[in-house]
Amino acid sequence: MGELKLMKGNEALAEAAIRAGVDGYFGYPITPQSEVIEYLMAEKPYERTGMVVLQAESEVASINMLYGGGGTGKKVMTSSSSPGISLMQEGLSYLAGAEIPCVVANVVRGGPGLGDIQPAQSDYFQSVKGGGHGDYRLIVLAPASVQEMSDFVPLAFDLAFKYRTPALIISDGLIGQMMEKVELFDQIPRLTDEEVIKRHPWATNGKPVGGERRILTSLDLDPHRLESHNWHLQAKYKTIEENEVRFEMLHCEDAEYVIVAYGSSARIAQKSIQLAREKGIKVGLLRPITLWPFPKKPIDELTKSGIKGFLSVEMSAGQMIEDVKLVVEGRTKVEHFGRYGGVIHSPEQVLEALEQKIIGG
Amino acid sequence: MSEITLQDIIKPENLVYKKTSLMTNKALSYCPGCGHGTTHRLIMEVIEELGKENETIGVAPVGCSVLAYEFMNVDMQEAAHGRAPALATAIKRLWPGKVVFTYQGDGDLAAIGTAETIHACNRGEKIVMVFINNGIYGMTGGQMAPTTLPGMKTATSPYGRDVATMGNPLKMTELVATLPGTYYVTRQSVQTPAAVRKAKKAIKKAFQNQLDDKPGVSFIEVVSNCNSGWKMEPVQSNIWMEENMFPFYQIGDIKVDGKLVDR
Repeated sequence: MGELKLMKGNEALAEAAIRAGVDGYFGYPITPQSEVIEYLMAEKPYERTGMVVLQAESEVASINMLYGGGGTGKKVMTSSSSPGISLMQEGLSYLAGAEIPCVVANVVRGGPGLGDIQPAQSDYFQSVKGGGHGDYRLIVLAPASVQEMSDFVPLAFDLAFKYRTPALIISDGLIGQMMEKVELFDQIPRLTDEEVIKRHPWATNGKPVGGERRILTSLDLDPHRLESHNWHLQAKYKTIEENEVRFEMLHCEDAEYVIVAYGSSARIAQKSIQLAREKGIKVGLLRPITLWPFPKKPIDELTKSGIKGFLSVEMSAGQMIEDVKLVVEGRTKVEHFGRYGGVIHSPEQVLEALEQKIIGG
Repeated sequence: MSEITLQDIIKPENLVYKKTSLMTNKALSYCPGCGHGTTHRLIMEVIEELGKENETIGVAPVGCSVLAYEFMNVDMQEAAHGRAPALATAIKRLWPGKVVFTYQGDGDLAAIGTAETIHACNRGEKIVMVFINNGIYGMTGGQMAPTTLPGMKTATSPYGRDVATMGNPLKMTELVATLPGTYYVTRQSVQTPAAVRKAKKAIKKAFQNQLDDKPGVSFIEVVSNCNSGWKMEPVQSNIWMEENMFPFYQIGDIKVDGKLVDR
């Protein structure tokens, strides 16, 4: 068993970055995730593993530091919250286009605009539909506990490097700020420079002696070549959709109704399901762990099995519900419930919505 | 009478100049007469002479030199507009033993990328920054740059740059020289053989500073012409540059070995 600690979600994420063998963290403070860079600065990871930690002048600079550092084959990471992640969208588009691996964590707060500093899930569209310009996708992991804030860091890096694409860990102010018991994984050694060079021949870390120089760019002025590059990206995204869907199902075996919820909302929904079952309502939970690729197949199978309705529970005005509807295609009822703008729904409110919108509606 | 071939003329004993292998054979995309090509060559010659072709990572900008990576035969990254110093910061921090340089134009370095430029300089990143200042946005068709001279006509200042409404030209090089994080700051040009030799010496000094792990940025501005954007013949544009740009953008060292030069 690994080391047990009581930690905030943000601290667990930061500790996991050190233990995952990250080479560089580049970030800019923003509530409610400033503990990430504060923890890293206090922890002196450059003494523990040689990891570089740098406070950048902006989120725009942070994400471009990821481009530079990730482009050399090193493991690089940043974290921010919604307004800061909006500033990173240009960079994420370039990183996806140039196929540079990196990990970005978004501890979501209420929006739009400066919004507030309370938990929200209203950055779903931005995360899974491509928040920047052009046809691209990010691998999006949604932790629902402090434990997963830790566990998803190495997972995100594995996926980012496997597919040479940015990966996003999307939590919210609730998971970032709450304290829970977390079992920390053992230190994964940082790769040596020689290992980085050997493992990532595409990376720009100095032209190999007698070899060809490497170029990392998202630019190609020839439309036919750029179209080919897009075909290559789309083929890659298709492979990811086929192989990397992650989800969790709870009490779905005998369920008549299913709540679809991720992250904090999934935690709240667990209680709602317990309350519902105490009243004799057979309801289950489908928790997408990867928001992209979205777990289409289990939703389709539940639909085919005769589920009477899905309730998409999100701390947003209804974003993920669109993806649920795309799978269900009108075969059964799909409704949304959620408080937003930084307000968190209660388990009772979720149950009430289920009874009114799905069962009674 | 046998035909005289090129090989008959170019003999090793007659060879006085050879293109560096660190410039690719791709035809330059720059307008004939433009200073970009010369500056590219000088940087690549310096890297070759220092024996660092396998340890160099360059960062290209957005602007006329957006395709710099097509011509520079070293590992290269193409940055988003203005962000080259952020990329270079991370590359150098993660590979402190490598040679890292940025290549940017005036719009990239002194307008959209002002924050990245100033903060990379202020942090004292141990990188070389090359800044081409031709007072205009060349690639997008000759619009006003932050460095456009007062009264100068461009596509977005068709009646001349009116400083009352459009602001004054920004002397970014003097500005970064005031920051403790810059170690060497100089302004050069490449319009004559003498100027080219001086510019090369400055570029070599900048890269040598990095090899010697000197504390801070080595920053080289190259005041250049844009004959197409200025709508002049190449020679005429160089004369115009000397008569108009040089009085405002004074050529020479501004900061050497971390100390401001008395000018």
